[in-house]
Amino acid sequence: MTTKEIRSPLPGTFYRRPSPEEPPFIEDGGAVAEGAVVGLVEVMKTFHEVKADAGGTNARYLIENEQPVTAGDVILEVDG
Amino acid sequence: MALSGKTLFIANRGEIAVRVNRAAKSLGMRVVQACSEADRDMLAARLADACVEIGPPQAAKSYLDIERVTTAAKDSGADCVHPGYGFLSENADFAASVEAGGLVFIGPSPETIRRMGDKVEARAAAKAAGVPTAPGSEGRLEDLDAAVAAIEHIGLPVMIKAAAGGGGRGIRVAHTIEDLKRLIPQAQAEAKAAFGDGGLYLEYMVENARHIEVQVLGDGKRAVHVFERDCSLQRRRQKVWEEAPAIGLSDASRQRICAASVAMAEAVGYRGAGTLEYLYDGTRDEFYFLEMNTRIQVEHPVSEMVSGIDLVEAMIRICMGEPLWFDQGDVRLSGHAIEVRVNAEDPANGFMPFPGVVSGLDIPNGQGVRFDTMLYDGYAIPPFYDSLLGKLIVHGDDRADALRRLNAALKATRIGGLKTTLPLYQALLADGDVAAGRTHTQFLEHWLDANPIAAE
Repeated sequence: MTTKEIRSPLPGTFYRRPSPEEPPFIEDGGAVAEGAVVGLVEVMKTFHEVKADAGGTNARYLIENEQPVTAGDVILEVDG
Repeated sequence: MALSGKTLFIANRGEIAVRVNRAAKSLGMRVVQACSEADRDMLAARLADACVEIGPPQAAKSYLDIERVTTAAKDSGADCVHPGYGFLSENADFAASVEAGGLVFIGPSPETIRRMGDKVEARAAAKAAGVPTAPGSEGRLEDLDAAVAAIEHIGLPVMIKAAAGGGGRGIRVAHTIEDLKRLIPQAQAEAKAAFGDGGLYLEYMVENARHIEVQVLGDGKRAVHVFERDCSLQRRRQKVWEEAPAIGLSDASRQRICAASVAMAEAVGYRGAGTLEYLYDGTRDEFYFLEMNTRIQVEHPVSEMVSGIDLVEAMIRICMGEPLWFDQGDVRLSGHAIEVRVNAEDPANGFMPFPGVVSGLDIPNGQGVRFDTMLYDGYAIPPFYDSLLGKLIVHGDDRADALRRLNAALKATRIGGLKTTLPLYQALLADGDVAAGRTHTQFLEHWLDANPIAAE
């Protein structure tokens, strides 16, 4: 088993949830399918989806909700 | 000058913070700049006499935090606070908080901000002052039945707007009664979620309208206008290109709308710089009031170029207690000015935001050319705020002269390390309709569909 990293393609503010009232895109410890949306990055007041380029299990977010990210930061780790 | 040695606190960032800094410095004032953790290196911070950090990069936790900004301003020993545009500039609670802290808010009273911020109240104030308004619902609509009944005297199509909204947010268009039945519940839910107020109103939609707005300055008693701007070139309801004066407007129509705007500013006891926005129906030569913005606007430089009046300096002097020192007859319109907004967006890729590190910067200058910007070589543009990098403004003897100067200035401008909207303006300058001034608020989006901007 290896650890796979899902990175932010853009700099900005990272969101784990589609909106403040909704649950996170990925539950802690849950499974992630390749291509699934795992978060949003707000850059210059526009929102962009971050998609998983690899699937896996036991997902862990490494970036807190509503925290700044730079392009290339690891947002989520999964076991695959 | 009585303001010399006083301290002005800038509760904003980016190019407008630089603009306000220069106005305050020219008045001999000391400048304290608010900045988030992401803005320590911004140009306005470098130009200020002192900087105060007001929190993390996210605007909600820094520039939009009323208590934090007010406390920072008070602790800095400032005499007054300039809010710029956006952020807290039209927040009545912020203005009240600044005043409660014993500082002067560079803008109108909290009551005026609140009144003009409520679109239904603003419309009523406009009507009372004799300002022309579009046929629309009288007051707030609370349900669908009231909306359907209102259509009988308004006609179709109509815009559905949130009473608490503004800046084009949440506007829906109904062409039929069926549209209305479908859209009213959506609009109500969205307004409730976005503004905490589900109140709606309807307004007749003028097709192929131009956006014309009148600049006013008031001292709480007396007001003057500084003529009008035409801001019809918009993308997603954001202005991208502005001119003064409006193209092809007769002197009689100009006089009529400017005088009505002054009447409204005086009726509400307006203090500082403000703008009354209108839709203009060219075929009927009619104006319809949209809203009043109670702040300095992004596009204010075109009015400065054609009048010679420094609007930012004027609003500071007025709000610091100086009565208007000139009369309407002293405000003269000279030549034609055009502004284009330079954004960090890629026009060849759906206007995708494109933050980066600025390199190889060449800023145009010369007679009649002005570039208001926050850029400098080596500046890393933070991704947390809007994409406006600066504004290129030109002034000519007439519109044709201004267009020629714009063309030369665009060719002389280099901004490396980023994608910007400069290529959009090169392309628009080559268009016959733009050259002839045959534009309206829907023009640019259709034009972009037909004329995609090539990748550089």
